[in-house]
Amino acid sequence: MKREAIILNPKDNVATAISDLEAGNVVEMEMDKNTISVTLVDAIPFGHKFSLSHIKSDSPVMKYGEVIGMASKDIQPGQHVHVHNVASARARGDLAKEAK
Amino acid sequence: MSFWGYPRPDGSAGTRNYLGVFATVVCACDVAQWIAKQVPGCAPFLHHQGCGQTEPDMEIVHRTLVSLGRNPNLGGVLLVSLGCEGPIDHIMEGIAASGKPVAKVVIQEIGGASAATAEGSRLARQMVTDASRTHQEEVDDSKLMIGVKCGASDTTSGLASNPSIGAACDILIGKGGSCIFGETPEMMGAEHILARRAASPGIGRKIIEIVDRMEKRALSMGVDMRGANPSRGNIAAGLSSIEEKSLGAIVKGGSTPIKAVCEYGERPEGNGLFILDGPGQEPKAVTALAAAGAQVILFSTGIGAPHGFPFVPVIKVTANPKTCQRLSEHIDFYVDIAGEASLKELGQAIFEETLAVASGKRTKAENLGYVNFPDIWVTGTTF
Repeated sequence: MKREAIILNPKDNVATAISDLEAGNVVEMEMDKNTISVTLVDAIPFGHKFSLSHIKSDSPVMKYGEVIGMASKDIQPGQHVHVHNVASARARGDLAKEAK
Repeated sequence: MSFWGYPRPDGSAGTRNYLGVFATVVCACDVAQWIAKQVPGCAPFLHHQGCGQTEPDMEIVHRTLVSLGRNPNLGGVLLVSLGCEGPIDHIMEGIAASGKPVAKVVIQEIGGASAATAEGSRLARQMVTDASRTHQEEVDDSKLMIGVKCGASDTTSGLASNPSIGAACDILIGKGGSCIFGETPEMMGAEHILARRAASPGIGRKIIEIVDRMEKRALSMGVDMRGANPSRGNIAAGLSSIEEKSLGAIVKGGSTPIKAVCEYGERPEGNGLFILDGPGQEPKAVTALAAAGAQVILFSTGIGAPHGFPFVPVIKVTANPKTCQRLSEHIDFYVDIAGEASLKELGQAIFEETLAVASGKRTKAENLGYVNFPDIWVTGTTF
């Protein structure tokens, strides 16, 4: 079967779609010879990410086995993970300005 | 393996054999362009800098022009100056130190644009003829430096095209050659990984320092950097934060130790993998790679960045199948993101393509002529 999404590292809590995926699809992915299966809550466009597990607000979003940002709200498995629910921690001049 | 290159007096080898026609200041760009259009074999370098700037920025501009002039892909350099931007003798001397011929024409001294174009074209014709007497010969891979860049990225860049290019870099460095990559904003969130790979603790500290310096510039703007980097296009394509973009970007240089960190416009010494401080924006980032001495550039793109460079071939690599199809006139190499090929195999294929281009195979950007709008990065404003 053609791969539909990629998990890069066992620590990751998101996967990246490598085709356009519809809500309700069950996506199966390989990680360390295990098959991980997630039912999509949202439609996920090519190149976008979805959650593999429940990610609590203010906890790290992991890709490449590294932190790519913090969840700005609770994220359910299969939900679209992007700028609407991930906050970057770097080069945040807006936050520095508010803190002054 | 080896490639067919043009031997230069300083022992380096070019993958192309142009006469560089450089504007030393933005105000000389028209004349430089006219000369380059009139004389086949010229490559113009035009930019928006060189006047109304304070000393640190002027130093970057002049250092970059000298380093660009020393790029092995140029058989000679003609400098076109307005005049009132200040003397350019030190730029001439810096380039001439490499042993290649350098000449100048100064618009205000010679009596205007028409006279400067006529005299510049006369000089250029002679210099192109002289340069054409250099013939390609077989050159060892250790004399090759690949510049690496990613632009108009999407998530496929970090998943497939950047790691494949990184595998090609590892192959070249294993043969004694060099690779260099920059884009300091795209180290933010991944600098700890790069610092761990530094060849010495001092180099590791310098990596952290250039990222910190760049982040402070972003913080001083008082806004969230998102939208500028990752750009609006990056975000629409699925990149959510600078951390995510950086983690996908740093793999493009491969996995060997980082031997030095260069300032913008500097040329590294020795062989191996180098890092360069500078912006992500294409026209300024590619200039720095050419200035560092790269004779060929591997450029990964997800969404489709068309830029080349006037005298360094730029190979466009994508792992986005839609981009490969829609923008095929811009894409030189496709990495099948859903395919079975190993990273090592993909790296070998990209390395072979790089040697073919280094030996003369023309890239899509060269054939389109999509090469004429580079620029030089400065850190301050214009007064």
